[in-house]
Amino acid sequence: MNYSVIKSSGYILVHVPDMVLQNGTTQTVERLSNPESDYLKAVNNHLRSYDEVVSYAPNQVYIGNMTPAELGEIEKPWFKNNFENANRQGKFGEIMPQDEFIAMIKMEDVFDLVKLDKEFIKEVMPKLEMNSIISENKIKNLGEGVEYNEIKELVDVQHSEPIYNNSKLVGCVKRAHDVDVNLNAHVMLENLVVKASGVIAFENLIQKNNLNIEDVDYVIECSEEACGDMNQRGGGNFAKAIAESVGAVNATGSDVRGFCAGPIHAFIYAASLVKAGTYDNVVVVAGGATAKLGMNGKDHVKKEMPILEDTLGGFAFLISKNDGVSPIIRTDLTGRHTVGAGSSPQAVIGSLIMDPIEKAGLTINDIDKYSVEMQNPDITKPAGAGDVPEANYKMIAAMGVKTKQIERKDMMNFVKVHGMPGWAPTQGHIPSGVPYLGFAKDDMTTGDVNRAMIVGKGSLFLGRMTNLFDGASVILERNPGKVETEKIDKDEVNKLIANALRNFGMQMLED
Amino acid sequence: MNILENKKVIIIGDRDGVPGQAIEECVKTVATAEIVFSVTECFV
Repeated sequence: MNYSVIKSSGYILVHVPDMVLQNGTTQTVERLSNPESDYLKAVNNHLRSYDEVVSYAPNQVYIGNMTPAELGEIEKPWFKNNFENANRQGKFGEIMPQDEFIAMIKMEDVFDLVKLDKEFIKEVMPKLEMNSIISENKIKNLGEGVEYNEIKELVDVQHSEPIYNNSKLVGCVKRAHDVDVNLNAHVMLENLVVKASGVIAFENLIQKNNLNIEDVDYVIECSEEACGDMNQRGGGNFAKAIAESVGAVNATGSDVRGFCAGPIHAFIYAASLVKAGTYDNVVVVAGGATAKLGMNGKDHVKKEMPILEDTLGGFAFLISKNDGVSPIIRTDLTGRHTVGAGSSPQAVIGSLIMDPIEKAGLTINDIDKYSVEMQNPDITKPAGAGDVPEANYKMIAAMGVKTKQIERKDMMNFVKVHGMPGWAPTQGHIPSGVPYLGFAKDDMTTGDVNRAMIVGKGSLFLGRMTNLFDGASVILERNPGKVETEKIDKDEVNKLIANALRNFGMQMLED
Repeated sequence: MNILENKKVIIIGDRDGVPGQAIEECVKTVATAEIVFSVTECFV
């Protein structure tokens, strides 16, 4: 069977400290319910500088400058042990500062909803001109900007969403309709952020891997926002908007949603579309979520630590036809949490982990690396949510003990050998299984990993349509190096025709 | 005696740990326990 492959990946972060206070729901809800709270007053004192964010070890892992194994060697909490050789640019992508990103939001705005201060544009322009992912045409979209007073009035009187940089009002997003709540300024900002950060991820995928953008046939976007109007709230789609922006002129696309499980579903769809021959090259892309910025901020402030949820995340992966080198995606070995699966940990691990392993005739020990919910424990542990990936690995190990595939005494060793420390920001869909895909390419070509499993889960119940949650998984394997062709030789064709004629003749004799 | 006998029970489950529905099933095995509230939360 000729499988599709994970060909290349792009991973980006955007440092947006002002958006933590302005747009993260923990902070916006606090402002509504308790505007004079001590927490709101403390937020700015707990925000990190751009340099601190770049040198934060988990962020360097996310963009590919450090491996998960190297991160595991650094003493926790990681925010106290910054990485000395940190770089804005990484093998997989980059960490963009807020001012450049604000300009990107304007560049991705095709309905003239974003207004930026003239002076701000002047200040940020030299940085934009240095950035290789920003074309001259994109810079032209910025225009000259407007006067500060115009922005102030749009925010104070015209229901626009403010954009701050270093606590200074530098722009705004106007509402796109006077009464449609799905096109109000708040929603438009969230959606433009998804688009802009998705574009940055896609551009990094192209540039870091020397891709020919015209080869891309289809794009699937899998973040957690929805774009649409009052007649179709989630009409879509971010995928084609992002494809247009990056110049994927031969592509169309669609959005896939499933809360945090969106990326694993999108990844399986993309791999299946390529394997089926529907498309040759499919890109899965996602932008980041402003709402989740500072989600655990109250606990971080209470513990007198920096607010670590200060970055938006984004990613883009290219899934292509078998090249004989890149890891193959075993679309015949998937796990899925079905409607009837049940909600106990045994049922979840059984459906997501054990089912594909058993189908393959393997044991849990045969999967060298499991990429589960890869949330950074620096963020989740102080908030009481524990070390999420480690908890997942312990559950897999427990299932291994229950099914007699490993000894109870070997559980923690299993966690160490088959697991990884979490390095992804808690942006929902961003940490969900897929952060490892970039490393998987290296580990399964030049490294010593032969099989990996990508597992994603999503909290569907948050949408109040069902009490169920969801999950899916797929096994990746080292490429055996043979690209099978599906040619039928001449002798085989002759045999097929002879058999058909013989059957036809027999049928006539019987009649 | 089971610790849940004749008790009213509030359940807060964790999607990535033990979800509310799974805890409910356990509580239901105690005939005199009453589930007054059950929810599954997402902490990630």
